Amino acid sequence: MKKIGVLALQGAFVEHIALLNHLKVEAVPIRLPQELRGLDGLIIPGGESTTIARLMKEYDLMAPVRELALDGFPIMGTCAGMVLLAKNVSGINSETLEAMDIGVKRNAFGRQVDSFETDLEIPAIGEPHFHAVFIRAPHIEQAGDGVEVLAQLPNGVGVAARQGKMVALAFHPELTSDLRLHAYFMSIVHGER
Amino acid sequence: MDKGTWTVKTGLAQMLKGGVIMDVVTPEHAKIAEEAGACAVMALERVPADIRAAGGVVRMADPNVILAIMETVSIPVMAKCRIGHFVEAQVLEALGVDFIDESEVLTPADETHHIWKHDFKAPFVCGCRDLGEALRRISEGAAMIRTKGEAGTGNIVEAVRHMRAVMDEIRKIGSMTTDELVAEAKELGAPLELVMDIHKTGRLPVVNYAAGGVATPADAALMMQLGAEGVFVGSGIFKSSDPEAIARAIVKTTTHYRDPQVIAEVSKGLGAAMPGLDIKTIPTDELLAPRGW
Repeated sequence: MKKIGVLALQGAFVEHIALLNHLKVEAVPIRLPQELRGLDGLIIPGGESTTIARLMKEYDLMAPVRELALDGFPIMGTCAGMVLLAKNVSGINSETLEAMDIGVKRNAFGRQVDSFETDLEIPAIGEPHFHAVFIRAPHIEQAGDGVEVLAQLPNGVGVAARQGKMVALAFHPELTSDLRLHAYFMSIVHGER
Repeated sequence: MDKGTWTVKTGLAQMLKGGVIMDVVTPEHAKIAEEAGACAVMALERVPADIRAAGGVVRMADPNVILAIMETVSIPVMAKCRIGHFVEAQVLEALGVDFIDESEVLTPADETHHIWKHDFKAPFVCGCRDLGEALRRISEGAAMIRTKGEAGTGNIVEAVRHMRAVMDEIRKIGSMTTDELVAEAKELGAPLELVMDIHKTGRLPVVNYAAGGVATPADAALMMQLGAEGVFVGSGIFKSSDPEAIARAIVKTTTHYRDPQVIAEVSKGLGAAMPGLDIKTIPTDELLAPRGW
């Protein structure tokens, strides 16, 4: 059985653990570096990216997670997790993992009153469309050569991407009961994609 | 694209879980809070301890104060309106505030009605002393709840009382038979469907923070262990002798609230916490928590 860590410093980590459990995957909260041992994958949840970045740094999680990413370890980040994975971030003054070759804009759609939900076409998981919840969400401004953009809004803005075994989503699959993106990530963990 | 939906409103509260929301009165405070790891700030003209000292009618903050703070930080900015003052709430929404606190810390504008919060695109947080009050606020559209405590006192006793009241009642409902729930809903003054929802899930349908009296890292961890999903810290930070240190320490303990080693480590050498007030010395008509219906 595969074991996935969910970074549990702040934000909606309980929801990710619940979705993984629905997929019969063992999921454990990660708060300290020694807890990273023995994992098959890592999820960085939604939350406040500056808060998570600060706590990662203070508890020496930034360097070991960056090392895992460089080694080709499977990591999925949602919303704040996308911001933390990105190489370039506009609108943040904290250090990030700089693991994926994407440029990301924080709070790209505006303030909370502009947060929205919409049905999103994601070819990698097929039909039907994925009901995506965007909360003070980032979007992708630029993607490098090795990056596959998995989903775009109708205006062409990228909101999901994959590079190697890393997946970044601007929205929150953990706030819905649709398991397909977590199943997609698990197929990467299993080496099937 | 649907904006201002229940999912989007309660979703922001979900993203704030495990975090600390700090009261700030200037952009400089807001910057300190953000750098310490606050997941949001509450923009105010005065912190509750000063509000308590000054007395008089306390209203929504000057929009310039709120806007200056919104321009300074990239984390969500909350602001307070008076209970029942839906026009102050309209103003806060128009300013682009991320979360509106319909708060007992300000002087109530209506002693019978709270704001019908479903009418707004911005999410609301409301205070409660017990489960009935929490469920009435949720039915009016609150997307997040906080136990009230007694703001501006630096005394955790009321926050503990209110959190225990809510959690005990949730456990009690969980063990009831279905036919007992109707009588319980009547007793609580709460909608039956929300009581039935708690019976099924064993939890509130929205995120529940603790507030009112948190002054030390151990206070924050206490509230988290009692069942809070995050903490509001009002006067506790900027009324202490070393706001930056206490802000960082409270952020860390809110994450590592089950780890006494971490709490011990971050509690060292923090300087003087805010001066506290014994609740019993406060005249009954100056208590803030009983405001709310």
